[in-house]
Amino acid sequence: MTATLTGVDVAPPVTSVKRRRRAPGWLAVVPLLVFTAIAFGVPAVAMLDGAFSVKDPATGTSSYSAENLTTSLHGAYLTALLGSVKLSAVSAGIGTVLGLPLAQVVVTSRFRALRDAVLTASGVLANFGGIPLAFAFVATLGNAGVLTRHLGLSKAGWDLYSFWGLVIVYLYFLIPLMVLTITPALEGLRAQWREAAQNNGATTVQYWLHVALPVLLPSLLGGFVLLFGSAFAAYATAAAMVGSSVPLVTLQIADAISGNVLVGQENVALALSLDMVLVAGLVMAVYLPLQRRSARWLA
Amino acid sequence: MSQPRTAALACSLAVVAALALSACGAAPDNASTTADGKSAATATSAADFGGMSKLVAAAKKEGTLHAIALPRDWANYGALIDGFQKKYGIRIQVENPDGSSQDEINAVTSRKGQDRAPDVLDLGSSFALSAAQQGLLAPYKVASYADIPAGQKDPQARWYNDYGGYISIGCDAKRVKACPTTFADLLKPQYKGQVALNGNPTKSGSAFGGVYAAALASGGSFDDVQPGLDFFAKLKKNGNYTPVESTPATVEKGETPISIDWDYLNAGYADEFKSKGVDWKVAVPTDGKFSQYYSQAVNKGAPHPAAARLWQEYLYSAEGQNLWLKGYARPALMTAMDTAGTLDKAAAAKLPKVSGTPSFPTEAQQSKAKTVIAQGWAKAVSG
Repeated sequence: MTATLTGVDVAPPVTSVKRRRRAPGWLAVVPLLVFTAIAFGVPAVAMLDGAFSVKDPATGTSSYSAENLTTSLHGAYLTALLGSVKLSAVSAGIGTVLGLPLAQVVVTSRFRALRDAVLTASGVLANFGGIPLAFAFVATLGNAGVLTRHLGLSKAGWDLYSFWGLVIVYLYFLIPLMVLTITPALEGLRAQWREAAQNNGATTVQYWLHVALPVLLPSLLGGFVLLFGSAFAAYATAAAMVGSSVPLVTLQIADAISGNVLVGQENVALALSLDMVLVAGLVMAVYLPLQRRSARWLA
Repeated sequence: MSQPRTAALACSLAVVAALALSACGAAPDNASTTADGKSAATATSAADFGGMSKLVAAAKKEGTLHAIALPRDWANYGALIDGFQKKYGIRIQVENPDGSSQDEINAVTSRKGQDRAPDVLDLGSSFALSAAQQGLLAPYKVASYADIPAGQKDPQARWYNDYGGYISIGCDAKRVKACPTTFADLLKPQYKGQVALNGNPTKSGSAFGGVYAAALASGGSFDDVQPGLDFFAKLKKNGNYTPVESTPATVEKGETPISIDWDYLNAGYADEFKSKGVDWKVAVPTDGKFSQYYSQAVNKGAPHPAAARLWQEYLYSAEGQNLWLKGYARPALMTAMDTAGTLDKAAAAKLPKVSGTPSFPTEAQQSKAKTVIAQGWAKAVSG
């Protein structure tokens, strides 16, 4: 909104006093650029440099090679990378599917208080992660947890410290995140579209399949990407809860970078981080072109 | 690259010169210790300072010791730290108490030449070896260096073992009817969901030892650690393995009713939680005995070189060694002290019983085992 406003309002003077206006405008971006260069650029370059250098343990000299990258795409490291992708995709998928109807119910609800309560709660819960979340679940559903003991869940085969246990814990913050993300898009769906569809004899299912979902699809995908990234980068919750029993790339990076067993694995950890960046990049690449298509409907 | 290095060199030269000068000023009658080119940073024994009392004086002058990764509840380090502070009036700052060996090495390499660098290190043995190879450690012979068993010290005295223990099985006797005493026992169906490790064997030294011990118990050897992975895969399959990593908290809450860990940690829990109603039993499994020692070393660029050396002398004195023993850790000088009659017999009698003498895998065998475990662990217990 602001971008278009300034574009319209300021554009004519800019062309008339071009030379005087341009320099300050460019300078205004400098702090951002400097911040980006320091906060993202330097670590990124250090990561690239480290991921490609191999240190000879005997002489201490380092040289550039793709050895770390090769290591990071084999054996246990590959398993962990795939494990992370699988876990993130599954939990983001479920989060998207469950978050959408929940958000729709809230948006169309007649009770304004409910709507406010759900959105506020979502804002809080979407940021509830890490050790506190893990602890909350361990205390209720862990193998000595309150519910586990009182309901005898262990005998029924319940195990929190597994792939599906982790999915459930992740959903605890992913679904609220989805509700937050998708609510503005749902509000953008105009009542006239539904009325028009009904006037033409469309059923609710037909309306959703042919009108609402296609319009929402890019927003849904955007939400999915956000959820995916959130789950992909999560570390503390998994580390505190499942340890090494669910192979995850973030846990592998931690093992390689700080441990009491493996010596000289720091650069493999950097190579693994580079793999993560590439995966995130791939996911974004799918999402960006789609987002452009939807902008004209929901703007 | 060369410029900062020269700068660092110049700096350290300046530091050395300053130290030498201050030593001159403090003890003009004993200028010989500096005349032959020795300073606190290059002293390889207390004799280089002109005796223990001169070392103490130099250390007191520095006033502080930077240590890293020394948890107070690990092998009685709390008592050692307090003891040293009280005896010499030197303040010990422990940074990142729960850090790992890799964290210690990172602190040394990233803060070379800074006065925030750690003075002394307590490292896993392979980290000590690799740090010595990289030239990060200062050679220093404590007074009792000769008594440390051969094979547990670097010939150049850049590191030597300090304390160690055996892999043991801790068990909450209130939750578990019959406590297991061997690895074979752990496979029994009655221990469903109860058997935990102290961590992830690709990261935690004690969990690595646990897998090694399991290998020895199930037909493996120092050369062949695969049976250990198979053991845990079997444990996972029959539902006995719980992925919760045991800590004092999980032991207290009963989340890890059976925990494979160093005997000094398990024995420490028994003491710690007795008052809280946990009856923690410790047994060194008879079928898989695996013992390992940590190594003590001085940072070559230690900002407090004299205090660092005094800390070593303290750790390897009868007093220091007996404090470790009181924390159920087996100090490196245990045999020598037994012969000399300085061993705390009461504390030694409280250690979990072990028969036979320990043997250790070679560095090559260990690094091979590490590769096998790093590659196979996730497969063994995931799912």
